[in-house]
Amino acid sequence: MAVDKVWVLVAAGESGPAPITLELLSEARRLGTTVEAVAWGPGAASMAATLGEYGASTLYDVGDLDGALPGPPVAAAMAAMVESGNAPDVVLVPATYDGRDVAGRLSVRLDRPVLTNVTGLAVEGGDVLSQHLVFGGNQVVRARFTGPTPHIFVVRAKSFAAEPAGGPPAAVEALSVPDTGATGTARIVERHVEERTGPKLDEATVVVSGGRGLGGAEHYAMIEELAKLLNGAPGASRAIVDAGWVPYSHQVGQTGKTVKPTVYLACGISGATQHLVGMKGSKHIVAVNKDQDAPIFSVADLGIVGDVHKVLPALIEALKAKA
Amino acid sequence: MNVVVCVKQIPDPAVPGSLDPTTHNLVRTGKLIMDDSDSYGVEMALQLASGEGDEVTLVSMAPNGEVSGLRTALAMGASKAILVSDDALRGSDALSTAKVLSAAVRRADPDLVIAATESTDGYTGTMPVQLAELLGLPSVTFAKAVSVDGSTVKVQRQTEAGYDEVEVPLPAVVTVTAGVVEPRYPSFKGIMAAKSKPVDVLGIADLGLEPSQVGASGARQEVVDVADAEARSAGEIVVDEGDGADRIVAFLEQIKVI
Ligand SMILES: Cc1cc2nc3c(=O)[nH]c(=O)nc-3n(C[C@H](O)[C@H](O)[C@H](O)COP(=O)(O)OP(=O)(O)OC[C@H]3O[C@@H](n4cnc5c(N)ncnc54)[C@H](O)[C@@H]3O)c2cc1C
Ligand SMILES: Nc1ncnc2c1ncn2[C@@H]1O[C@H](COP(=O)(O)O)[C@@H](O)[C@H]1O
Repeated sequence: MAVDKVWVLVAAGESGPAPITLELLSEARRLGTTVEAVAWGPGAASMAATLGEYGASTLYDVGDLDGALPGPPVAAAMAAMVESGNAPDVVLVPATYDGRDVAGRLSVRLDRPVLTNVTGLAVEGGDVLSQHLVFGGNQVVRARFTGPTPHIFVVRAKSFAAEPAGGPPAAVEALSVPDTGATGTARIVERHVEERTGPKLDEATVVVSGGRGLGGAEHYAMIEELAKLLNGAPGASRAIVDAGWVPYSHQVGQTGKTVKPTVYLACGISGATQHLVGMKGSKHIVAVNKDQDAPIFSVADLGIVGDVHKVLPALIEALKAKA
Repeated sequence: MNVVVCVKQIPDPAVPGSLDPTTHNLVRTGKLIMDDSDSYGVEMALQLASGEGDEVTLVSMAPNGEVSGLRTALAMGASKAILVSDDALRGSDALSTAKVLSAAVRRADPDLVIAATESTDGYTGTMPVQLAELLGLPSVTFAKAVSVDGSTVKVQRQTEAGYDEVEVPLPAVVTVTAGVVEPRYPSFKGIMAAKSKPVDVLGIADLGLEPSQVGASGARQEVVDVADAEARSAGEIVVDEGDGADRIVAFLEQIKVI
């Protein structure tokens, strides 16, 4: 099977498409000959120029969903297009909250399975092979679909480099949403956006993360101060997110953000496999942990076996002295 | 209120996992346990269905008639369980799992279905939404808080930037994150009581499904190969002798971050 048409589900960022969208478009160009994008929301059509620049010839606009969660209407609109004969060979879905919802719904509507947690794609012998990291990234599994297209892949952030192709703006085509019945009844009644100063966690060149080894929510201030001194973003392990020390948007790992900064500082984090998959791709890794057998040291370029309550305050002082 | 909780029974994650070299399926030997991720859903269900006549039913699909993980959830306080176990289910993908579980969930006719956002061993994170679509129900994923007000479920749903308040009429499917509630430990009394709680064990024929729809024969995806990932080259691990901070500063200078 030669890959002709690839659809990319668009994830929107604060202004315009999110980085993962551009990553997926760049990869879609490599996989197939025609790349088309599917977006929703009031600002969907305004992304046509950027999406085109990264290779999308058409932008299907599902429109403003009027507060409905996107999964059911977007999947229904995509499935209707497939049923009417406009079917892609491959659908690339970003591993975001809404992306996963759309993929699950689309999977049932088209009766096609989904491959998730994809970190790489390649065409080999006419098949699209997806790459998945298992066991904390120690092993790589390659998988493929054996049934008919469309083939749906849910791809993790930072799996591909985003490269503009210099294309013209995508032609915008409005899609109508079929009746989604009871499935479409979930409504967003209010949005809460956490305030953030400094760079975004998944875009920062420096990430300073804290874990349970900090000993208490009040000590997270050290992480925030270090992040600020290094013009970076503060991150966290799931343990301290679950404990309520920091909001979920700080979480790095399998269920959180994937980060690939120039340097990742892990402080009081053991290095569980689910944490490692979210940060192992960092260029450099520095770890501070009092347990010399902590798994985080197996991926660290520099490991300090020590107490965060001694090392971090000294580091803050040293950086302040330099500033 | 009648709540169904999906409970996945998995190999103990503390024991290092491996893939079968020929089938590439996850090797499942020894006793299975309740996925820790599902303990939050069980607790959430018990808190939401705590009134007179309320009931929490567990639904699970697992090989070899495995019930030990279900017993743990029954010991926490769930009333009963439906287990789907059938040799034909080996090698099922998430969509097949959803088809099987949807047939089982229908039997319980719930007002609310709760699952985890992702399992510890498979972490595809798509099964619950597929289940919702198969059942014709709305879904709210990534709940960090759930409450029921009359016939409406109110959910705080995690987003990239914070959270959304989402409302959905019952019946619905909700997936919960770890930390949504603090799971209780089964009491001794609970453990004893769990032994006699009903577990309905069903095969796929009982659910009206054909072997060709499920399991490895129904799966339309396969593992091609498994290889070791490129290892990171070993770094320098030093014990802090009061110079830890200086070493980090020197390292950051060397990589030109400062
Ligand atoms: C399905 C699933 C998904 C998951 N997703 C994620 C995810 O996205 N992200 C994630 O992070 N986790 C995730 N986890 C959880 C993961 O398995 C670990 O439980 C978690 O990462 C542990 O966090 P931690 O390292 O902060 O805590 P711990 O494992 O408790 O480690 C604390 C560390 O701090 C050290 N320490 C203690 N005191 C000090 C001190 N004074 N100075 C220095 N060091 C000290 C200890 O030696 C220890 O190594 C997931 C788990 C599951 C099952
Ligand atoms: N075999 C199963 N039996 C019961 N529940 C399951 C099963 N597989 C998945 N689930 C539920 O669906 C969630 C997501 O699973 P997954 O799609 O594997 O990440 C799990 O955490 C469970 O709540």
